[in-house]
Amino acid sequence: MAQQTLPQIPIKKGEPAYKLWIFEPGWKGELPLILNPRQLAEQKRAAILPGHRLCAGCAAPIIVKLASFAFRGPTIVVNATGCLEVATTIFPYTSWAVPWIHNAFENAAATASGVESAIKAFKKTERLPWDHVDVVVFGGDGGTFDIGLQSLSGAAERGHDFLYILYDNEAYMNTGIQRSGGTPKYAWTTTSPVGSVLPGKTQHKKPIADIMVAHRIPYVATATPAHWLDLMKKVRKGIEVNGPAFIHALSSCDRGWRHDTALAIEVSRRAVDTCYFPLWEWTPEKGYMLTDRSLSIARNPKLKQPIERFLEVQGRFKHLLRPENRHLLKDLQEWVDKVWEDLLNRAVNAPR
Amino acid sequence: MTEAVKTPHIPLEKQKLLTVNGDEAVAWAAKQSLVDVVAAYPITPQTIIVEKFSEFVANGEVHTEFVPVESEHSAMSACVGAAAAGARAFTATAANGLALMWEILYIAASLRLPIVLAVANRALSAPINIHCDHSDAMGMRDAGWIQLFVENVQEAYDTTIQAFKIAEDERVLLPVAVNLDGFFLSHTLENIHILPDEAVHEFLGGYRKVPKVKVDYFDEEVPLMLNPARPLSFGPLDLYDYYFEHKMHQVEAMKRVPEVVREVNEKWYELTGRKYGDGILVPYEVEDADIIVTVLGSTGGTVRHIVKKLRREGKKVGMVRIKMFRPFPHKELAEILKNAKVVGVMDRAISFGSYGPSFLDINTALYDYKKKPLLVNYIYGLGGRDAPPELLEKMFNELLSDAEKGYVENKLRFLGVRE
Ligand SMILES: Cc1ncc(C[n+]2csc(CCOP(=O)(O)OP(=O)(O)O)c2C)c(N)n1
Ligand code: SF4
Ligand SMILES: [Mg+2]
Repeated sequence: MAQQTLPQIPIKKGEPAYKLWIFEPGWKGELPLILNPRQLAEQKRAAILPGHRLCAGCAAPIIVKLASFAFRGPTIVVNATGCLEVATTIFPYTSWAVPWIHNAFENAAATASGVESAIKAFKKTERLPWDHVDVVVFGGDGGTFDIGLQSLSGAAERGHDFLYILYDNEAYMNTGIQRSGGTPKYAWTTTSPVGSVLPGKTQHKKPIADIMVAHRIPYVATATPAHWLDLMKKVRKGIEVNGPAFIHALSSCDRGWRHDTALAIEVSRRAVDTCYFPLWEWTPEKGYMLTDRSLSIARNPKLKQPIERFLEVQGRFKHLLRPENRHLLKDLQEWVDKVWEDLLNRAVNAPR
Repeated sequence: MTEAVKTPHIPLEKQKLLTVNGDEAVAWAAKQSLVDVVAAYPITPQTIIVEKFSEFVANGEVHTEFVPVESEHSAMSACVGAAAAGARAFTATAANGLALMWEILYIAASLRLPIVLAVANRALSAPINIHCDHSDAMGMRDAGWIQLFVENVQEAYDTTIQAFKIAEDERVLLPVAVNLDGFFLSHTLENIHILPDEAVHEFLGGYRKVPKVKVDYFDEEVPLMLNPARPLSFGPLDLYDYYFEHKMHQVEAMKRVPEVVREVNEKWYELTGRKYGDGILVPYEVEDADIIVTVLGSTGGTVRHIVKKLRREGKKVGMVRIKMFRPFPHKELAEILKNAKVVGVMDRAISFGSYGPSFLDINTALYDYKKKPLLVNYIYGLGGRDAPPELLEKMFNELLSDAEKGYVENKLRFLGVRE
């Protein structure tokens, strides 16, 4: 591939959309945040290029693509070990149009701390040829809720300027669908199988975004690829704040969730419609604010769907729909309702 | 041991006299080396390094970004991120901290990042113990790092600066660990000479310069770093079709290390008037020696003291301090040892169920020689157990009587342990 240049916005007719992002030293400005779908399609290039080997129907690359549409300029991406990392960079190929580093599984935030500190040192000594270089991390739920929580918490406490995007497919997918701290209660995984005694995972999902709120970093939000405008706006905000920002993006996995490959967006939508995965953002100034569909549901509770709507399309929950497991379903519904209610009480823009 | 040069570029009177311990000496070296990022976590006996460095940061004496990470795992991870972004990165640790870094040590070396790590050597748990041995360093033996061991505080300073030069040399591009014995060096005050800042800057060529590489999708050579102007992917998945070749790159890089270490040692000599053997091995009284003892680290000083004493008594003894343990100087060391009658190999660590780590290498080094010395492995000093002169003299006397007998009964001996 010959060397190519960005930004050429709009993309010239006939040019491929897959090009490396080149910011020549001295480049100034800010890439526009385009929210009009037609302009977006015509003018934006994603930081993830075609040809990667994530499964058909995987939501992870959609999240990355949407997030990268919201990048504002020179950006370095850090990736934790997991599906996204292994499937986008099988040597000698790479799908990344921006500088990208994978270090290990549990240290994406620490690695980003180092990258960001290097950028700061360069800036201090006038060796950085751009006004700013943004650092964006992508980590899976295993790499974030579990093994990487310490390094994330440490980096957040130290206040490094980076955006951490958790793509949460609710299990260790890369190693073959094992339960994580992000796996919901009663979900089947290969280490929380549904047996004659145990009904899948027996613990609830960890409230990771609230844990990040408790760090009182400048910006925390939730997102899904189905609510794409919401996601892009949140990514831009997360990049713009000075200091750590965290976005918890639900990332459906057809292999692990056991659903049809065409349902990534549908199942994400249902996660929000059932209030299983509410959309919100939080800043230290304003507190919790519902966004997008979740704000609509808060205003019009009739829109809230029963949890079955989320579960029924996924094989990992199919045992919950059996008549003898009605009490489990009820338990899960009560948990969802309680968490949603708590959120409504906290959200400053929820109707009282 | 240092030899005096007639006219060093910076004569001794232009060097500043400092009374510092080994940790402080390392911190001074890092300070003068224009390090961009220091990420570190406290652990005895290394802590003084980060404390001292934090003072430099707090007083605005350095441009360095200091990252007070929440663990050593994150310290090395942040160094990897920083070095991949093109920065000069430094960290320091010991024992359990080094063990916690282990996973990322391999990644740093495999990504060819010229990070410098000071290890204030300390015994590994359990039982928890804060004192010196080399079991921590030996745990990273196979990680792909250059491992240097120093004998005194002056050498700790000198070697830390040299380490950046070695690591960043385009023939090398490997991380370097500078090992200084916990407490014996880390906490022991010595008078040392340090260079003026500018002399160190000049020696290192200023800030880190990132090498350029050819990548097939660019028409030109591009800097090997995370660079928005020429994006590269660092740390991809690499399977059976390429991994082995990439490991061969590390094998080849290691082969080029000795010449670079020798050059750097010579350049340092010209600049400061100080050198340590050829930078790799520091032999003493070996030419006609029947008995040669090999040793790493600060014990070298005591061994030399005994060699002097025994020489005065007319005994043909000598020693070699192994300054560079990885890559191991098999050939060079074997050439020194081959004519001795008995070689005593001192290891301040043990591979349980086997011998000491340097003993294994020295056996390998000598295997192909027809005429070769008998070998004895002395495990000593575990958990900071002292190795006083009398004990080392006893060792030499044992070796002398082995030489007289012409055979060795017990190859693996434990020095200074209660029965
Ligand atoms: C220290 C360490 N432990 C275990 C692994 C094995 N491992 C690699 S990826 C992975 C799961 C990743 O799960 P997640 O973070 O949820 O990402 P996903 O693959 O689901 O996208 C595991 C367990 C590893 N690479 N490193
Ligand atoms: S296993 Fe799941 S998360 Fe991984 S690539 Fe496939 S669909 Fe995506
Ligand atoms: Mg996952």
